[in-house]
Amino acid sequence: MKEWRFFAAEQRATLLALVLFLVMFIIYVSNHPAGFTPNVVQTASNKGVILAFVAMAQTLVVLTAGIDLSVGMIFILCNCVGSYVLGGTMASALGGAGLVLLTGLGCGMVNGLIVIFGRLQPIVTTIATGAIFFGLALWLRPFPGTVPDFNGDLADLFTGKLFGVVPASLVFLLAVVLVVWVPLSRSVIGRAIYAVGSSDMAAYMSGMPVKLARFTAFAVGGLLAGFGGLFLTFFTYSGEASLANGDNYTLFSIAAVVLGGVSLYGGRGSAIGAIFGALAFRTIGDLLFVFDFDPLWQPLFQGLVLALAVTFGAARLFRIRNRLEMFS
Amino acid sequence: MKQDTATPQAPMLLHLRANLPIVISFACIILLLLLGSLYSENFLSPDYLIQQLKVASFLGVIATGMMLIILMGQIDLSVPWLLTTGAMMASAATAFGPAGEFLAVPFGVFCGFAMGMVSGVGVAYLRIPAMIVTLAMNVIAQGLMVAYTGGFSPSDTASSGMRYLATGNLIGGVPNAILVWIGIGALAVFVLNRTTFGRAVYAIGNRESAAFLSGAATQRLMMFGFGISGALAAFGGVLLAGYAGKAAQSMGDAYLLPSIAAVVLGGTSILGGRGNYLGTVAGVILVTLLQSILSVMQIAEFGRQIIYGLVIVTMLLLYGRERALR
Repeated sequence: MKEWRFFAAEQRATLLALVLFLVMFIIYVSNHPAGFTPNVVQTASNKGVILAFVAMAQTLVVLTAGIDLSVGMIFILCNCVGSYVLGGTMASALGGAGLVLLTGLGCGMVNGLIVIFGRLQPIVTTIATGAIFFGLALWLRPFPGTVPDFNGDLADLFTGKLFGVVPASLVFLLAVVLVVWVPLSRSVIGRAIYAVGSSDMAAYMSGMPVKLARFTAFAVGGLLAGFGGLFLTFFTYSGEASLANGDNYTLFSIAAVVLGGVSLYGGRGSAIGAIFGALAFRTIGDLLFVFDFDPLWQPLFQGLVLALAVTFGAARLFRIRNRLEMFS
Repeated sequence: MKQDTATPQAPMLLHLRANLPIVISFACIILLLLLGSLYSENFLSPDYLIQQLKVASFLGVIATGMMLIILMGQIDLSVPWLLTTGAMMASAATAFGPAGEFLAVPFGVFCGFAMGMVSGVGVAYLRIPAMIVTLAMNVIAQGLMVAYTGGFSPSDTASSGMRYLATGNLIGGVPNAILVWIGIGALAVFVLNRTTFGRAVYAIGNRESAAFLSGAATQRLMMFGFGISGALAAFGGVLLAGYAGKAAQSMGDAYLLPSIAAVVLGGTSILGGRGNYLGTVAGVILVTLLQSILSVMQIAEFGRQIIYGLVIVTMLLLYGRERALR
């Protein structure tokens, strides 16, 4: 019983994000003209999974009390790399997919190295490296395009349906969660990531691998953004160095992380919550579509929902016993 | 006796250390101009320099608000669309006859101020991280403007007053935009260094609880800080609309990161509490000059982005480093 209550308290934010997503998704499908069919779910999950990967990437850095403003640009760069290397036979396209992920990992490692050894603040570092990554993307793809022999079969394998029912993208997301997030969050480094986010001084004094934790957060974050870029390439069959797209994904990833109950002060939350946050954020946009709203109102609606969601963060004020606690 | 010789030195060293970013920034500006002059003589001509200062003054106005927020240890991500809001609302007011034309600039600035105040309430009273409050405010302002314009660029053009502010010449040869920046900059220096509000801004950035216990109304000041930042972003938008002749939807996108970069390159700590307005002036000129020289040299857009990022990282590595954890 005690064990169960501890778990519920720890995962409360994640569960809230799950409920938020489920409520929105149920409203969405029940009002969708086609109803709850595999095709509707497949389209929704393909769009959601891309943001979910980028949100997971953001989560890892936010857990260390940092922020990665270059995450959207890593995502765009990986998309542009993908549009060159995902061609040819199945084997060569799979190798290309590995290259895309390595690109993401490399970008994350560069961020991590500058933040740790340059001792610069993550926010300014990633603003600058974001410009560099975007420059590289623009160098690769001055105009949107793709390789002539793009391997559409591999792409369809990841964005299609398994057994004609289950969206393959969701299964792939689940696999990444099980292979990357679950082992990492349970390892010593993963606990150190949380500890650094709560108090880097205390973590240092306790002999935790502070630098390694920060580095891993940035590097794995880059890798996850790479998964996002890979998926975007699978989804669109092409690469585009779009500044607006990169900026939007950075902003949306922060929104998803907040909706998913990850504290921007660090040390609290989980990537799973961020995934539900991302899916919920995507569903908000789709909701307007099924209710036949003028698409012009979509940005305003998204902004208001985001504002409403973050206002719940103010509930903390009711628990404050002393006004000084407010300033921490 | 020994102590007497030691004491006067300490403050001087302190000064040098605090001013190092400003010295380096100005040195880099001169270096950039010299490098540019190797490429073309025009880089040292008064016409070019005046033109650069004029372009820099738009960023300067916006960066002033950003600096105020960063000094308090916060961040304002709502600059792009508050800027556009200011530009669009001022242009919209112009359409309402002579009275509208007269009130265009104040109305645009007021809209930015009001939206900034809403962010300020969220940050100061609801204690939500500034990053998400201003992010949400940015999306809301975008939503309002997109709904207002119906998805197209508004047909309203800038008023003659706005155009005069941005492109006119009051004193022979000196564009008004530069005078506007000088005016706002002088006001910022006075407020930051000579008023209780300014000192409280630094105090809040260093430790808000300490500022609160010292009797500063930290929450109210912080709310107004966001209001002022919003007003300055909107004013920057008004000037830009006057410069371009009309307001456009994506006009603010190119100003968020450069304004943060300019403030930080000028030596203001991103954690708040430390910084000098002269540094921000240097940062603004440096960023503008860098962008201009790279484009004059006809370096492709991708190269510009990469060099821009590398320069920011390199300069910060020179003087923006934190103390090591120990």
